[in-house]
Amino acid sequence: MPKVTVRITLKPSLLDTQGRTIESALHRLGFTEVDQLRVGKIIEMRLPDDDADSIRTRVSAMCDRLLANPVMESYRIEVGEES
Amino acid sequence: MADADRSRPLRIGVIVFPGSNCDTDAGNAWTELGLGEAVYLWHQETDLKGVDALLLPGGFSYGDALRAGAIARFAPIMNEVVAFAADGGVVAAICNGFQIACEAGLLPGALARNENLRFVSRFVSQRVENNETLFTRRYSQGEVIRIPVAHGEGRYVCDDATYERLVAENRIVFRYADDNPNGSRNDVAGIVGGPRNNVLGMMPHPERAVRSLNGFSDGARFFRSIADTLIEHTAPALR
Repeated sequence: MPKVTVRITLKPSLLDTQGRTIESALHRLGFTEVDQLRVGKIIEMRLPDDDADSIRTRVSAMCDRLLANPVMESYRIEVGEES
Repeated sequence: MADADRSRPLRIGVIVFPGSNCDTDAGNAWTELGLGEAVYLWHQETDLKGVDALLLPGGFSYGDALRAGAIARFAPIMNEVVAFAADGGVVAAICNGFQIACEAGLLPGALARNENLRFVSRFVSQRVENNETLFTRRYSQGEVIRIPVAHGEGRYVCDDATYERLVAENRIVFRYADDNPNGSRNDVAGIVGGPRNNVLGMMPHPERAVRSLNGFSDGARFFRSIADTLIEHTAPALR
């Protein structure tokens, strides 16, 4: 069954307070080149389907209904190899 | 609108999700103020048992899995809550209840992580921006009241068009008055929505400020306002 990865992040228009905090911590540790750090969630799942397009359609519906809140989050779906 | 049926006490239905933790406080506020009975409705029920109003209480429903309120909105009882609200029934959604109401589409916008990343638990001042709602008629317009907040995800967010509509329709009911505890947009602390502005969502906890004994009773008039509304018009007559 193909492995599907959904990446959910706060919309760019929203202040990502966790990301900002982590970025400034990295700066304090000397990683001063870090810029635009964003924090999100990763959701992994497997679906019994081998058609990537139909998987995407299905997982998009899951994101729209439950996995992401369209008011504040955006998502990206990656369909991996069967394993 | 018909007169209320005064032959029985007013019944507020408190929805209880796994992880709700302000349900008893909310029910007790209603009964201790002498406003009527509290009926606790478990999230798996599908019958509102004839209550006159509903309250979505604070807490951490389903452990805030995924997002605060994201799972609770699909609980079996929520179909009834949404239908009740669509029919004009009075629904007060407090803290986690507000998050659930937004997730369920009963109110616009969403509640994001607090700007300072801290869980805030303290009294805040909030200004009554509209005292002509079903929930605020016992307050004075512009009055500043002290009610506690306790949340980690209370930063109200919405797009510009939504915000402008809320302002134009006078649906922002409370704003934080002197300090904004969570970074919410334009200090929004509570809003109303629904066909008759019969759904209210707010982050502060009026049920924690109803006893003059501990010096903070500004929340009492929130519940008394709801009772006034129900006494004037039975919930079915509002529909």
